[in-house]
Amino acid sequence: MATHEVTFPITDEAEILKLRAGDEVVVQGHIIGIRDRTQIRIFDQGVEPPMDLKGAFLLHTAPGVRKLEDGKYEPVCIGTTTSARMVRFTEPLGAQFGVRAICGKGGFPDEAIEPMQRLRMVYFAIVGGAAALETTQIEEIEEVAWEELMPECLWKFRVKDFGPLTVGIDAHGNSLYHDVQTAATKKLEELFARL
Amino acid sequence: MSAVATDIRQAVEDAAAHLYVWALKDIPQDLRDALVEAQGRETSVPGRRVLDTIVKNVQVADDQGNLVCQDTGIAVYTCRVGEHFPLHPVKIYEALKAGTERATLEHPLRSNAVHTITRENTGPNTGYRLPIVHWEFIADWDGLDVKCVPKGSGSENMSFLKMCVPADGVRGIKEFVLSSIVDAGGKPCPPGIVGVGIGGSADYAMYLAKEAIARPIGTRNHDPHVAKLEEELYELLNETGIGPMGLGGDVTVLNCHIEHADTHMTLNPVAVNYQCWAARRASVHVGPDGSVDFDREA
Repeated sequence: MATHEVTFPITDEAEILKLRAGDEVVVQGHIIGIRDRTQIRIFDQGVEPPMDLKGAFLLHTAPGVRKLEDGKYEPVCIGTTTSARMVRFTEPLGAQFGVRAICGKGGFPDEAIEPMQRLRMVYFAIVGGAAALETTQIEEIEEVAWEELMPECLWKFRVKDFGPLTVGIDAHGNSLYHDVQTAATKKLEELFARL
Repeated sequence: MSAVATDIRQAVEDAAAHLYVWALKDIPQDLRDALVEAQGRETSVPGRRVLDTIVKNVQVADDQGNLVCQDTGIAVYTCRVGEHFPLHPVKIYEALKAGTERATLEHPLRSNAVHTITRENTGPNTGYRLPIVHWEFIADWDGLDVKCVPKGSGSENMSFLKMCVPADGVRGIKEFVLSSIVDAGGKPCPPGIVGVGIGGSADYAMYLAKEAIARPIGTRNHDPHVAKLEEELYELLNETGIGPMGLGGDVTVLNCHIEHADTHMTLNPVAVNYQCWAARRASVHVGPDGSVDFDREA
């Protein structure tokens, strides 16, 4: 299992293709925070997002923040939420906007594997709940759109050494979650037989 | 930490405001020990990476005075009220609600509370029937114990209930708990505490499962039949291979706790309530004179 450093947004898809399920990744550059209501607005209500998502890294988050007098926000506690609730947005995020990476916790079910392979996307697993550490890796909240959805706005963060992340689903059709579930389901049969 | 206040309602409100933030920042020692122990025995590469990050995160939260996890949860309180405690439970509830609001606004904490249909925010982690308070009344006592368990949604979404029948027996309970945790996979932020409620009724079984996750890690049920089942399930759950954050590994759960109640002869309910690795809880003991004594380990 290799270790990589990747800067987002990416322009060369080779950056995605070199990643394999299980690899460790540290991210630099800019990442975009997004959540349930943000994606419901984009795809179910048909509102164009006011940020460029091409080559982007999306983080499933609803940050805890403090609003400053100049209207900017500073991080209080920024962590990551469960991804599975938002799996249905994977295909359109890649196909319509060119998103290349989605990062969250808990993984995506198998329906994400095919579109991620076809559209050359990856899913990064972060450690859910490790928000104190994650907050120290966010250098600045550079932009916030759709503030009325607080805290489920569209956020642009500049990050430094964001991670360590694990490649949960790669762009080659491999999913750690699929492998773990398959093995655990088989193991259950063995455990039940012992009861 | 101890203090005496003359206004008993104010003392409970102040205690609640402190308790909520404190629970979010300073996780109990038994949990810290369990996480380090898990880190030591995990052999999978992604699993070990997860546990290294978790242990580092707890240290960063200490160093920076920050919350361990951003999900400030739903504030759930368990109150044990002595029959001679000089504040009526109606006023205790008001004080807990006011304390929750103050903590949320003053820190500030993320406010998670929404109307269940409109999804609009209802206030600073309060709303209709929020926070949630469970009550127990104690005879021949003049004190009040409040335990705060801020529970995140990632783990609360992984709650399961099955009305097993008597013919399913204890085997049915075991199969349901094991299947539930495999189905949950990485979503509830494993390795955590699996709370199981058995017996009673459908609603009471889930309440008992929630009680079970709020116990200090590895404590055992007073009934030896139930304690034996806790040990057995703990071993079996760690054989599933789900591992830290569902990425595969040796440590799927930190422990399994069971609370039980006697039940109807035709009922065999089993409820599972998962608690994530950031198993936050904190308690305060309030005396009849308004004195407060905070307790991280209860």
